Amino acid sequence: MVKATRVTNSIRSLRFAHEEMTQADLASRIGVSRQTVIAIEQGRYSPSLEMAFQIAEVFGVPLDDVFQYAKEEK
Amino acid sequence: MAFEEKRAWMMGLVTVVAFAVYVVVILGRSVGIALVDVAYVAPLLWTIGCAIGTTIVLHVVLATFSPEDADVMDQRDREISRFGEHAGRSLVVVGGMAAFVMALVETPYFWIANALYLAFALSAVAECAAKVAAYRKGFWPW
Repeated sequence: MVKATRVTNSIRSLRFAHEEMTQADLASRIGVSRQTVIAIEQGRYSPSLEMAFQIAEVFGVPLDDVFQYAKEEK
Repeated sequence: MAFEEKRAWMMGLVTVVAFAVYVVVILGRSVGIALVDVAYVAPLLWTIGCAIGTTIVLHVVLATFSPEDADVMDQRDREISRFGEHAGRSLVVVGGMAAFVMALVETPYFWIANALYLAFALSAVAECAAKVAAYRKGFWPW
């Protein structure tokens, strides 16, 4: 826990676009708890690269459709 | 709330309550005599034993009420667990070093034992606080 991440994600909208998949469904498909999915969605946890790819695979989209890296404001 | 966060809350509270009870017992026994002359060994061992027993019982109770989450750790839980242990470890080292120095200068056993117990208690509290903060405020290991 060093600093807040600049990584944002579209998991919530992707879930709704995929037949309103629940957080519990997504959690069971990538092998984590529902609380971890909630933390990722809310930007309170940055998943590993492997987990990020697993999430993208569940939705059948490229990684950068799921996760985005916000540009630094100057 | 994640099961491991509940466990962290539980362990932190048990540690604080156990240490507070121990301090009250020792101060209660010290009326009229010097603190180092208080019979501290039995209360210390009973406190530690009861804290361990209470932690086990509360863990079973927690697991009973949320069996689907019990003892299932995912990647985030493991990373936060390591982070918490890291946060608490420094206080164990400080306590060990303090006890080492106290032994070298032949400080009474009372102070050495209590310095170690304080270090263990503070270490456990720091570990639990770090875990709870990571669960509630966010955790970015990268």
